[in-house]
Amino acid sequence: MTAKTTISRGDFLKVSTAAGTGLALAFHLPLLDKLTAAQALDGFEPNVWVSIDTSGTVAITMHRSELGQKVWTTLPMILAEELEADWSRVQVKQGHFNPAYGGQSTGGSASVRTSYDKLRRAGATAREMLITAAAQTWDVDRSSCRAENGAVIHDPTNRKLSYGELVETAARLPVPEEVSLKDPKDFKIIGKSMKSLNAASMVDGSALFGTDFKLPGMLTAVVFRCPVFGGKVASYDDSGARAVPGVRHVTQISSGVAVVADDTWSALQGREALKVTWDEGPNASLSSEDISRTLADAAQSEGTAQREEGDAQAALDGAAKKLDAVYEVPYLDHATMEPLNCTARMGNGSCEIWVSTQNPGEAHEAAMEITGLSAEAIKVHTLLSGGGFGRRLADDFVRDAVEVAKVLDVPVKVIRTRDENIQHGLYRPASYHHIQGGLDRKGQPVAWIHHVSGPADSSFSVSADSPNYGIDMAYAIPNVYVDMTTSDIPVPTGPWRSVANTQIAFVNESFIDELAHAAGKDPYEFRRTLIKEAHPRLLGVLDLAAEKAGWGKRRRGRYQGIAVHGCFRSYAALVAEVSVNRRGEIKVHKMVCAIDCGTVINPDGVKSQVEGGIVLALTAALHGAITLKNGRVQQSNFHNYKLLTMREMPVVEAHILPSNEPPTGVGEPPVPPTPPALTNAIFAATGKRIRRLPVDTGELKRG
Amino acid sequence: MAQIAFTINGQPKSLELDPATRLLWVIRDTLGLTGTKYSCGMSLCGSCTVHKDGEAIRSCTTPVSAVAGSEITTIEGLSADLSHPLQRAWIEEEVSQCGYCQPGQIMIAAALLAKKRRPSDRDIDTTMSRALCRCGTYQRIRRAIHRAAREV
Repeated sequence: MTAKTTISRGDFLKVSTAAGTGLALAFHLPLLDKLTAAQALDGFEPNVWVSIDTSGTVAITMHRSELGQKVWTTLPMILAEELEADWSRVQVKQGHFNPAYGGQSTGGSASVRTSYDKLRRAGATAREMLITAAAQTWDVDRSSCRAENGAVIHDPTNRKLSYGELVETAARLPVPEEVSLKDPKDFKIIGKSMKSLNAASMVDGSALFGTDFKLPGMLTAVVFRCPVFGGKVASYDDSGARAVPGVRHVTQISSGVAVVADDTWSALQGREALKVTWDEGPNASLSSEDISRTLADAAQSEGTAQREEGDAQAALDGAAKKLDAVYEVPYLDHATMEPLNCTARMGNGSCEIWVSTQNPGEAHEAAMEITGLSAEAIKVHTLLSGGGFGRRLADDFVRDAVEVAKVLDVPVKVIRTRDENIQHGLYRPASYHHIQGGLDRKGQPVAWIHHVSGPADSSFSVSADSPNYGIDMAYAIPNVYVDMTTSDIPVPTGPWRSVANTQIAFVNESFIDELAHAAGKDPYEFRRTLIKEAHPRLLGVLDLAAEKAGWGKRRRGRYQGIAVHGCFRSYAALVAEVSVNRRGEIKVHKMVCAIDCGTVINPDGVKSQVEGGIVLALTAALHGAITLKNGRVQQSNFHNYKLLTMREMPVVEAHILPSNEPPTGVGEPPVPPTPPALTNAIFAATGKRIRRLPVDTGELKRG
Repeated sequence: MAQIAFTINGQPKSLELDPATRLLWVIRDTLGLTGTKYSCGMSLCGSCTVHKDGEAIRSCTTPVSAVAGSEITTIEGLSADLSHPLQRAWIEEEVSQCGYCQPGQIMIAAALLAKKRRPSDRDIDTTMSRALCRCGTYQRIRRAIHRAAREV
């Protein structure tokens, strides 16, 4: 059984019919419904295309950024499946940004979800053209031909032609308007763990990241920035900096004073010698204590209702047992291993940018604004990113480079040092939560009131309508009230892997645990009975995680905690297994995750994202906090903004719930349930409820 | 400025430069070998690790003067054809996510394997805890080191 799919005219464009060049099909993601044939011919620049040359090599050019989430492998797998390609002949390349089609951001765990159907159709289209070409060559009925492993086969006469031999003929054929998609039970690539197409380049030093990019005559710059958010340069003395050998220019830009040199070392030495007097502005005395107080004060006032079911206050007033708690989480930095950087070149009325970015469209817009050039005069080349986690969706590092290139008219790479990365971040927002719950006489929850207090920031939304936000209340509690107040706090914030789900899942999944214990019930069973019927997949992952972790069958001295959360249309449950010694030191032995992300393209890729999400979230729960004093971020490098190390690494198990649902997000969903699974396990071990992150091990000391 | 001579990946070099220049920037900017990465600049993360006469060192804090007369090996010099057991194991175990820290991880692991043919989990924890990975590939790094050790 195969499904027929109709391709609207203009979806795919045959971009090459010249002899000797093979077959090339181009298209655009996301699908442009209204693209007409005329537009297609008049300057249509696709951002994804597939070409098959006469040697049979399949080259796929992708529009999404590779950050470590393996889109450069997973997306080609989808296309190669329908194409019946020989996987060993598939290559992948990064496509350029095309301003005609708006943003091409890589975020929201959306790459596979939004590309799946289109890539399948693209592969099927090319496959059908190749089959027709073979049938014409042999003068046989095309229904007697089939494609397999990079070739078309005619079984009745036992003949075979490779794609490389067929592309010239295929390129002269019209693009079919209707093609058949494969039955998933016939998949040979989708659902198999394939080796990453760029794996070799990652282990021999040849992978080219933004920091590695070089242009002839390129200079390197570092920027001296005001340590206080919102501060400005009052004056500077660059005589010392200019005296450093190799320093070519010192120039003021929006973000500070740039020292431009022949090489990185000279630029760094120049910055050391630069004297800047800052106008620190109104935030020069801001501290974390001030911020906590602001958020706590704001929590006293009525917020904007996010969810209202029943009469939560009345139900709480009448409850047999009442719980009242405050939870707090801090600002977090993304701390990508590759520092933020960007290379820009201006000249002859054009601007070219090479950058490790999740968002080339944002880079393009920033360059237009700074240079005043037209959209067509600006080119953005996306390079490999050494981690993103949301930080590379922004354009601040692009602005640095374009501004310097504009002033000096030289190709320049601006690179941030680690302290700049940490102290000039766009942080995961800190938040404060006042939460109350009520149980009836049987231990059933009857009331839930959650007041969220956080900074005003578009990435911090707990609205059920927010596209990136997940299931805000998975449990069937009859009376629920959730509201939110926002405060203007002069700390820059932005999206951080799984956005507001990180705060909400920590609070919800901790507090439901509190209610379970108050009701004298097993936390897993308590959740099971409360999960709404509308969320069977949430129940599915909860059960699978509990089963795989051996819930309730813990080893001596080890304690378990459980948590579950759905976001980005996927579902993840975690069981943490920990021990805590008398000194309060925590050993995380094992993290067992169950994930339901619909159809799985690359199972090992899913597992590596689960491992990565858990490590990032454990790092946050155990070590992560950006704090302020005198308006300055107190952390500067990995000694005081610690990352999890090998020594602390638990065994991570990732179990995938089999599903035929459409594919959904993987990069972010394992993150939110990890911290509450950990802290619920710490509670089981110590009786101490962790309501403030990161975990303070001093509070866990006994005896 | 000073004249400093050393060997890198088997190639003798003699360079005139500020002797305080950190080896990392000489490798990356002067010699154009960009497999060795900058990340912390304070010997905290291991991304910049290279071998000096077979020992793993942090190139981000090592003045180039300290390697005069030494043999330096970078990730590009670990093997000519991805044949080092660790490179093969890294590919086999699908270790890399973003990949940025991996050259450093591999160079640290290579120095460990050169000293200890069959490292225990504890050996791996002790040595590899000096190298940070934000993508969380530690479990696979451990597996890959064990796999490579079996092949050596």
